[in-house]
Amino acid sequence: MPSTTTSDNEKLASRRSTLAGLAFSLPAVAWIALFFAAPLVIMSVYSLMPLAGDGAFSLDNYRHFLGEPAYVQAIWNSVLTTAIVVVISLLLAYPFAYILAYKVPKRWQRLALACAILPFWTSYVVRSYAWLLVLAPTGIVNWVLMSLHITDHPITFAYNPGATDLGFVHFFIMLNALTIYANLVQINPRYVLAAQDLGASAWKSFIAVTLPLSIPGMTVGAFLTVVLCIGDFITPQILGGNKELLLPQVIMMQIQRQLDLPMASTMSLVLTLIVAVVYLALQRKMRMSRL
Amino acid sequence: MRWTQRLGNLVSGFYLTACYIFILLPVAVLILFSFQDGRLPVPPFHGPTLNWYITAISNDRLMAGLGNSLMVGLSSSALSVILGFLAAYGVSRYEFAGKRLLQGIIILPLAVSYLLVGMGLLVTISSLGLGPSLIMVVVGHVVINMPLAFAICLAQLGEHQRKIEWAARDLGASTFRVLTMVTMPMIAPAMIAAFCLCFTLSWDEFIIAFLVTRFDVTLPIVIWTMLRGGLNPQTNAVGSFIFLCSILLLIVVELLLFRKRS
Repeated sequence: MPSTTTSDNEKLASRRSTLAGLAFSLPAVAWIALFFAAPLVIMSVYSLMPLAGDGAFSLDNYRHFLGEPAYVQAIWNSVLTTAIVVVISLLLAYPFAYILAYKVPKRWQRLALACAILPFWTSYVVRSYAWLLVLAPTGIVNWVLMSLHITDHPITFAYNPGATDLGFVHFFIMLNALTIYANLVQINPRYVLAAQDLGASAWKSFIAVTLPLSIPGMTVGAFLTVVLCIGDFITPQILGGNKELLLPQVIMMQIQRQLDLPMASTMSLVLTLIVAVVYLALQRKMRMSRL
Repeated sequence: MRWTQRLGNLVSGFYLTACYIFILLPVAVLILFSFQDGRLPVPPFHGPTLNWYITAISNDRLMAGLGNSLMVGLSSSALSVILGFLAAYGVSRYEFAGKRLLQGIIILPLAVSYLLVGMGLLVTISSLGLGPSLIMVVVGHVVINMPLAFAICLAQLGEHQRKIEWAARDLGASTFRVLTMVTMPMIAPAMIAAFCLCFTLSWDEFIIAFLVTRFDVTLPIVIWTMLRGGLNPQTNAVGSFIFLCSILLLIVVELLLFRKRS
């Protein structure tokens, strides 16, 4: 019967479509599975193993990690630093993105934005080194201060947690300015006009209309800041001195000095867990597709 | 009204300038003092001289790092774009169950820090009894860059391209011919842009390369070891060089990907 043939043909076509689609995506998926997902599984297994000997699987590494005050301090330092960096970067980046989106003429905006994120494209190593040049006792800031006789001996700016925060804020202002700008230019200007027609002042229409509509951009920026900031080893290592260690520094110490891969795995997984919790908390407000 | 507006513009201009100074200051200082005629890259500035660039070029370890970085960057970006393009083609041209899940899996590495990717590879090679090597850097860089190449290609494979592919099929072209003679030439600019972006990120990447290599290392790792010697104009020269390469590639990306639309 012709009708069954058609449906058979359709079934066949749909199966061929499935096979072809899978065949094209397979290499990419296999790569991620083999070199990203499988390593994560191996790491999880490692985190349950003792460093030496052939003891049974246990949560000992986790217990040791969360029971050692120096390690807990590192977690706390990382979380606190990340929180400070997120808040300061958002506060500084928002007005910057706002001015770019609404005060700078349209045809200059792309160029202005491109210039504003230039250093974004240098590596962490080079960027942190560049800050060292600026902040060092003989660096440019101290040189200017001393030439102006504001101080007669160099002030210590580098090698402390404040320098780490500064290095982070520098990078994440650029990132947040990007996401907030991308959000702001998508807001229909008629909403603001409507609010002002109804008698709202410029400030009130900003608070009631523009600000709420730009929450997705801020949230995406904040999330990317958390992911990149909490996992960075370079910036604190170069700028922070060695007084208050962050979690990635402690992880690298496990690898390089203690040669303790199980403990390093445990710590990395806890780090990832923190990021996952932040993601779940922010997920609803992001609406990535709108950006 | 006029008066407040003018004040507002003044404050905006001032804030914008302050932000630009803050953002661009370190890079400006880095580049300026790469031309320093003296042993320390700190003020006062003497020069300009190209001496430190010449010193860097004759530094064997730096040049070995440069060669390794080029090798890793080119091969990992090529792999990323090929795998990313094929997956984007499969996802955009065929309907099948589990497509969403597949897309999710491919995009996943974008949401984790590079440290985790590097740690995973380190633990894997050590559990397999393998030594650290540059190959693992390539592997890791494909993990972090392929999702980007996938996303860029996917965004370019729209309905318009699909209709042209249908036309080619109606005229009897095989899937392979459609792919190589129709689809790829159509989105070639996006693929080149994706390649340049992947290369920029690979070229600059530190933590994965640091974790899975030991003796043969990439350029950022060489710079890292140079930092132990303190401030040095040679480091400025190399840093400026890496930065300028990245910016040149990004201009290519901008021209290929965004010029047409605006």
